[in-house]
Parts: sequence; C-alpha cells; structure tokens
Amino acid sequence: MEKYSDKVMDHFMNPRNVGEIEDADGVGQVGNPSCGDIMKLYIKVEDGKIVDAKFKTFGCGAAIATSSMVTEMVIGKTIDEAMKITKQAVADALDGLPPQKMHCSNLAADALKAAIEEYQKKNSNQ
Amino acid sequence: MGDRIYMDYASTTPQLKEVTEAMMPFFEEEFGNPQNLHSFGEGPKKAIDEAREKVANLIGAEPSEIYFTSTGTESNNMAIKGIAAANQKKGKHIISTQIEHHSVLHSLRTLEKQGFEVTYLPVDKYGSVNPQDVEKALRDDTILVTVTHASNEIGTIEPISEISKILKGKKIPFHTDAVQTAGTIPVDVNELGVDLLSMAAHQFYGPKGVAALYIRKGTRIIPIIDGGIQENGRRAGTENVAGIVGMGKACEIAKREMESRIKKLTELRNKLIEGLTSSISHSYLNGHPEKRLPGNANISFEYIEGESMLLFLNMQGIAASSGSACTSRALKASHVLTAMGIPPEIAQGSLLFSLGIYNTEEDIKKVCEVLPPIVDRLRQMSPLYEEAQKAGKI
Repeated sequence: MEKYSDKVMDHFMNPRNVGEIEDADGVGQVGNPSCGDIMKLYIKVEDGKIVDAKFKTFGCGAAIATSSMVTEMVIGKTIDEAMKITKQAVADALDGLPPQKMHCSNLAADALKAAIEEYQKKNSNQ
Repeated sequence: MGDRIYMDYASTTPQLKEVTEAMMPFFEEEFGNPQNLHSFGEGPKKAIDEAREKVANLIGAEPSEIYFTSTGTESNNMAIKGIAAANQKKGKHIISTQIEHHSVLHSLRTLEKQGFEVTYLPVDKYGSVNPQDVEKALRDDTILVTVTHASNEIGTIEPISEISKILKGKKIPFHTDAVQTAGTIPVDVNELGVDLLSMAAHQFYGPKGVAALYIRKGTRIIPIIDGGIQENGRRAGTENVAGIVGMGKACEIAKREMESRIKKLTELRNKLIEGLTSSISHSYLNGHPEKRLPGNANISFEYIEGESMLLFLNMQGIAASSGSACTSRALKASHVLTAMGIPPEIAQGSLLFSLGIYNTEEDIKKVCEVLPPIVDRLRQMSPLYEEAQKAGKI
C-alpha cells in the first residue's frame, strides 16, 4: 500500500463536507469504476461566491482526501478564484500525494470544474 | 505479531522456528561450498541431498527431479522459457489461462515477442478452467500447456489431473504453478499428471529466496541461467544452502501437519465468509465455494473500493489484501476477477483474507466486528451507493 502523508490520512479518516446539497447550484461528477475512482461534487453559490460544497466519493484514500480538501479550499472563494484551483494545488495542500496517485486519484479539481461549468451553464440560460 | 492480525498468508508466511533452527548451522560453521571436494563441502552437500529428498517426498517425486531455484517466479520462468527454448523447432504454440500469476503471464508475453503464440483460456464465474477448452485449443504445434494449480487471489483449485488426462500420450509438456498449493494441500506430481511443477518455500512457513521446480525425468529443458554444474547443470550458481535446508524442513513439517492445518483453516475460513457475507449486504464470495484453498476468503463489497477498506483495517491492526486497481501497480482491477466476468466496480471492492496457522477464532470475530462499520462508513460516502439507493436497488 502507498504511504500517505499525515494530512492525507487526516482527511481520509475525518473527511470534511461529506454529503449532498439538495438544491445545489452546480454538480460535477468525474471518473469511472474501471479506474477505481468516482467523485461527485456539489456547490452552492451566492453572489458569485461558493458558500457551500459537499462531496461523495468512491475510491481510494487519496481520492477521498483530495475530495475533502477541495471542498475546504473552495468554500468562501469566488467562482473565478475557484476555477484557478489546480490538481497540484490540491495535492500541495495535502503535503503531497504518492506519484502514481497524482494522475489517477487526484480528481477533485476536475470535479470542481465540472460543477462550476454546470453552474455557469445554468446561469447563462436564465 | 503482538496485537496485530495477519491475514495475508497468500502474500507470504512467517517462518517456523523449527525451520530457522535447522538453517542456523549453515550460515557460520557449515559455510562450505557444497561443490567443494574438500571436507568443508561435505556437510553442506549432505544437507542439500537430504533437503532434496524431503521436497521430493512432499510432492511424490524422485529427488533427482527436484531443482532448487530462488523464487516461485524463477521456477515459472525456467519452466516456461526453458520448455519453449527446447521445443521451438517442433512448434511455437502454448496454451495457458487468463488467471495466471504475473510471473507466468509476463514470461508468456516475452515469448510472444519472440514469435511464440499463446492461447489464454477463459475461466467460468468461479474462476475454473474447463478441461474441454484445453482439448479444443490443442494444435499440432502446441509445445507446452501451463495452468495454475490455484490462483493466489481467488483460491479456486483447477482441474489439473483432468487436463493431464486429456494430454496423455500427446507428449506435450504440462506445467503447473503450484506455488499456492504445494505445502498447503496434497500435491502429488503423478496424481496431477504434470511434467513440471513450481513451488516456493515461503508459502508454507519456509524461508524466502528459495524455491523449486520439479522436472519429470526425461523432460527436455534448456537452462535460463548458465554457469557451473550445480543442479545437474540446469540451474547454475552457488547453492543457497541454508535456504535449501530450510525449505526441506518446511516440507517435512508441511507433510506432517497438513491434515490438521487444512481442517483448522477450512473451519476458520468458512466462519469468516459466513460472518462477513451474512452481516454485510451486497457482499459476495469470489471464487469457487468448495473447490478452493483452505485459507482463502476473497469477498467483494459492492459500492466501495478496496484500498479504503484496507487502510481502515490496517488502522485496526488487521492486514489483508485487495484486487482493486488502487492497490496494484498497473492501476487496473485484478486480471483474475476481470477474467471471471466480475464487473470493475465490484472487482474494485474486493478484499482477500488469506488465513494461516497462527489465526484464531478471536481473529475471525475481530474482523467480523470491525469490518461492517468500515463498509457502512465508506458506503455513506459513495456516490454509487447513493445512486443505487435512489434507483431503489437497496
């Protein structure tokens, strides 16, 4: 098994913001079962700011930890700021990830982007 | 092992004290090279001869048919590449299965690059090979059949003697990877009807770094390690004397204890399977319900992923293994579970508990107590579980 940093283990064992947002403004789902990770991220937006974020994740320790971390990072940020969160930034905030987990389980930034894109699509239609 | 619970015996086993004690003299006092003609070689030479007899005795072979190697992986490489090299003028077709160990599969891949052709037979939902499929795959240019005796992952015991009946009189060498079975369940080369058989000492409480290949008398094989005259010129290199002695001792003990070990492990395994599958919904046993290794319990827990479960188990001091992509270097779900037709999301949630002689009823109870809340906790986090709930499946 991969060795994870203490921060990854903390977010894996005590994940922040697990759950759903019933009236979410954007939902993003990425990943597939054959690679072993699926991440679903919900955001609530008020006045251009992300006021709440929740997630559900099927995956390994790294997948759960990055999901948890990204929800913490994004709450309170504007949409523009949130769009700038990269995979590397999520990994750095967790004190790094084992190399092979960087590309396979580090899906949180992608799920966030997908959620924001859905939010933007909905809003542009209004 | 203290408070920790080890349930990863398919990976490796702890070495028995009796084995360590038998090995000790060969590190210092009896250090001589067994090939020496002077007196320092005598003790080691005699010890190797005795060990060879014990190994042969465990599997119903002649001592002269036992060749010591370094690992099960080397034995598999030697059997497959050595037979292919010896027979390439007769043909270049090999029959194997989709559920072999990587040391078999990757040896075959190497041969494919050299122009050999390999038929990988499928397995049924229990992971069993159908002997009729071997018959159908046979060609005039088939020069080797290699089928595992039991997969380390799912523990299904393959119909080796039925396959050898099909091959009878055809003069096609038949190899089995018995690394998971030799020393664990009865293995007899004549009953199985095989010409080559791989086994490894660390799978049955012997040392790591020593293994053997049985080669039936009269079987032609080209060595893959060239050098001196050790192992009758078929596997050169100074012998791992202490290791070989340890392997012999482990074989002697395995033979003596086999029946009681099987009885104990089968009971514990059945309790574990029953305990987990009855208390956790949407959990399934992988592999054959009866024709399986006594210590093997491979169970899938739907909607969650294996590595997460292993991390939580490890925090409780429980060591197990998984066929999930995240726990493999290849980042793919287990090729064995995939070959059995198990969908990726269920293969990802597989756990392998492989039991051994030091496991107790208390260990089983502990796992049955600890795992259900872990599964529940991860399911509450899983988008797949949420979808299934919304779809009314659970």
